[in-house]
Amino acid sequence: MTEPVLSVKNLSTHFFTRGGVVKAVDGVSFDLARGEIMGLVGESGSGKTVTGFSLIGLLDAPGRIVEGSVKLNGTELTTLSERAMRTRRGSEISMIFQDPIATLNPMLTIGQQMRLAIDAHERLSPQAAEARSAELLTQVGIPSAKARLRAYPHEFSGGMRQRVAIAIALLHRPAVIVADEPTTALDVSIQAQILFQMRDLARETGTAMIWISHDLAVVSSLASKLAVMYAGRIVEQGPTATLLRDPRHPYTAGLIASLPAMAKPGTPLTQIPGSTPSLLSLPPGCPFAPRCDRADDICKTAPEMTMQANRGWRCFHPVGQDAGVSA
Amino acid sequence: MTAFLTIDNVSRLFGPNLSLGEKIAARLGAAVETRSVRAVSDVSLTIRKGETLGLVGESGCGKSTLGRLIAGILQPTTGTVSLEGSPVMEGGTKVTTRVQTVFQDPFASLDPRMKVGDTVSEGPIAHGLTTKSEARRYVAGWFERVGLDPVWVDRYPHQFSGGQRQRIAIARALAMQPDVLICDEPVASLDVSIQAQIINLFLELNRDLDLTCVFISHDLSVVQHLSDRVAVMYLGRIVELGPVAQVFGTPAHPYTAALFGSVPKLVLDADELVRFDTIEGEVPSPLSPPSGCAYHPRCPLATATCSTTQPETRTVSDLRSVACHHYEAQLATAAAE
Repeated sequence: MTEPVLSVKNLSTHFFTRGGVVKAVDGVSFDLARGEIMGLVGESGSGKTVTGFSLIGLLDAPGRIVEGSVKLNGTELTTLSERAMRTRRGSEISMIFQDPIATLNPMLTIGQQMRLAIDAHERLSPQAAEARSAELLTQVGIPSAKARLRAYPHEFSGGMRQRVAIAIALLHRPAVIVADEPTTALDVSIQAQILFQMRDLARETGTAMIWISHDLAVVSSLASKLAVMYAGRIVEQGPTATLLRDPRHPYTAGLIASLPAMAKPGTPLTQIPGSTPSLLSLPPGCPFAPRCDRADDICKTAPEMTMQANRGWRCFHPVGQDAGVSA
Repeated sequence: MTAFLTIDNVSRLFGPNLSLGEKIAARLGAAVETRSVRAVSDVSLTIRKGETLGLVGESGCGKSTLGRLIAGILQPTTGTVSLEGSPVMEGGTKVTTRVQTVFQDPFASLDPRMKVGDTVSEGPIAHGLTTKSEARRYVAGWFERVGLDPVWVDRYPHQFSGGQRQRIAIARALAMQPDVLICDEPVASLDVSIQAQIINLFLELNRDLDLTCVFISHDLSVVQHLSDRVAVMYLGRIVELGPVAQVFGTPAHPYTAALFGSVPKLVLDADELVRFDTIEGEVPSPLSPPSGCAYHPRCPLATATCSTTQPETRTVSDLRSVACHHYEAQLATAAAE
């Protein structure tokens, strides 16, 4: 196997609040190869966005990485100074956020904003900068790109704005892009167009991507591997198709079973009882145990990640295996 | 088919507020330029008692506006909405309590400074469905009905999770003992595992209370799961209407086909990533909708007629109708697939 571009080991990010320590990310590990797309799925509060922010060094107090390592092309990012991180953020690793209205400056034209992003890392003549910007806008599917450089964000539709944000993230051909629910705010027909383009872009440019989403269907058509988060931990990871077809963790299995597409129309859906626990008062042991019908006494201790071939799960009582193997 | 809820040729325009001068000029017959948006154009529908009608479409297609027109929150510019023959609105005010709404965002739709029990009992007390002294018991009954612990009536909204808040919003709507429930994206803001709980609650309530439902959602799989019939909207018009299985199985409008095709599906049986279809282009601005059929600039079947003539709504079969010049060709393609 080739050297991964991004290697995350045992990453833990905690928030030190007045109410106590919130373990938003707790021992997350994964590798990402060149051009690979990994889906990071989980419900709100599961720590997927904080994981993304930790990777790119955008955590604000009271949040802090307390443990673990993030290696980008062999460079350790967690110990870098803010100044050194700045030279890498945007050029080697960049991020696309959920809401393009909030990420683009309404007072500047698209061209000016792209110029600023270029200038932050490279010296280019105005002509070369414009040519590069226009090329990227074309690449993400914006028609008459050169003319659109002079337009302001409000002159674009939601889908087009997100394309601009993607183009900006791609400006310096970063090794890794962290995409935080970039299509959640968009209509399905626009979402399909963008998902499709991202797949092609990852393949053509060799940029690896972490696609954060709560929607299993979206990542299943985009990512080659998946990591499922629950209460700050990755509870299951593996190749997309295998993981979805044959989930091991009861939470993953429950999520898949609860989708309306999995049931006959009009019949009750399989539901996971209860709701996601508060990260301030996590039960000791497996955080999913209170909602899990397979839980017993052993689940009062936290399960380690069981690795098997290219997949892994954190559960004492995995689903879908022969009883003999799991015992 | 007996009509329970009738939506008769309803349109709704949103325009800028005219100044006094402009109003006088308009009265005197001068052509005042008003850039108004036809959010809903000439929609006619009948809904049977006990039926759940799904309303789907992309943002800006008018599905929420249509929901609000049916709910009596908005006054139609032309046309009427009536329930068993009597109009839902008269002279700009809602005159029935038989239609109630559940909104998308349970964080915005509950008063943060009011105890949730009071929120639920406010309407029923005002309309004499219960008395002040009976209210607590009355609310507790509805709390139990939607799966909430009745001891929570004295809590405030911030003490509840998103799913619980949506249950409170549902209890508030049901406490008015409506016959019709308008649900405007009630599960869109909820987590997947909570979505299933609320969808199951809707299924159960529908069955037990014999509710007539209009279920608005951009999530086609949710609509497919809950609805008997589905109406697909595009730029303010219903382009296709019919029983869920038929519309999803063999779409008669090219837009319906393209919309369903572009939804990412959970792929379980392929190790290769699937290629799904995408619709070219974007929804045009409703301020200047295209001539003829509004979908023609994006439609693969479009011909010269489509750009000049607005297609009429044709009946395909008993319960099905479609507004497309080329629906027969589309149906043939869909059936062949």
